[in-house]
Amino acid sequence: MARLQVNPTRMELNRMKSKLRTAKRGHKLLKDKRDELMRQFLILVRENKALREKVEEGIRSCNKSFVLARAGMSAEAMNVALMSPKQEVYIETGSRNVMSVDVPVFSVKTRTSDPGDIYSYGYAFTSSDLDGAVKQTAEILPQMLRLAECEKSCQLMAVEIEKTRRRVNALEHVMIPQYEETIKYITMKLDENERSSQVRLMKVKDMMLKEAHGYEDYDKAAVSREKKEEERS
Amino acid sequence: MYKAAVMGDRDSIYGFAAVGLEPHPETDVQKAAAELKELVEGDYAVIYITEELAAGLEKEIIHYSERELPAIILIPGVKGNTGKGMAAVKRSVEQAVGSDIIFNN
Repeated sequence: MARLQVNPTRMELNRMKSKLRTAKRGHKLLKDKRDELMRQFLILVRENKALREKVEEGIRSCNKSFVLARAGMSAEAMNVALMSPKQEVYIETGSRNVMSVDVPVFSVKTRTSDPGDIYSYGYAFTSSDLDGAVKQTAEILPQMLRLAECEKSCQLMAVEIEKTRRRVNALEHVMIPQYEETIKYITMKLDENERSSQVRLMKVKDMMLKEAHGYEDYDKAAVSREKKEEERS
Repeated sequence: MYKAAVMGDRDSIYGFAAVGLEPHPETDVQKAAAELKELVEGDYAVIYITEELAAGLEKEIIHYSERELPAIILIPGVKGNTGKGMAAVKRSVEQAVGSDIIFNN
């Protein structure tokens, strides 16, 4: 992993260290967020699947009933019967916050106070099949609305999970290694500078001693002194 | 206060009109796209679209799916179930998890 282009200074090192700390903390938080979102998403999506199966089955049988009803009466009579619906559905929306994703919550209101008030026609000119079909549709409606809520939540959460996953991966595989590499580079460089200045100082000291007392090296002088004492004794 | 709309061919959606959803009969894809745009901008919380019609509007539907409202939900039409509705659920699972872990049984 490429390191960042920085000057190898102590200040830069501190800056990198604090960035790394932040990145690690963010990574942990985002990972937790992703895991929790995923858990909630899986619960919701299972419900979504079950609901959809139920609704699709319900709509299928509604359609069947409508086809039967249509067969039993003329198309004009049918159109007239359903031309001006009596009932109207209004939806109040709220929102629920799931791990910072705002998912919609629907509550249903109907125009007339009785939700069962669905027959927009007199019974004289329509077949009884139509009544059954309309009733079936009315029964499936709450489930359809719940499905809408559920499916929308799933979609929104899926988008958020994808985003979060990308962020987690970017932090884990790009940002954090990059900072670590950079920190390593700066520490190495600083250590190297430290050593080289140490050596330089020692060298300078030797030179100064030589100049002041005439001996080549302090240690060498000591050794020769010991030798002389040995000879004397 | 939001409304709920249903789009598709006339036969598929008139049943829902009776129970209070707002019907928008449309079979032409181009007109449907314009109408869908209008509905999305309007006060609708839920828009049901028949799978048949939705097959031609895929791009628009995916485009609108990131908005909080309205929810665009596919329903089977009178000509039968094409499995597109389930495919939409499957798609969001794949988007979230990376692979399909719910429908592969």
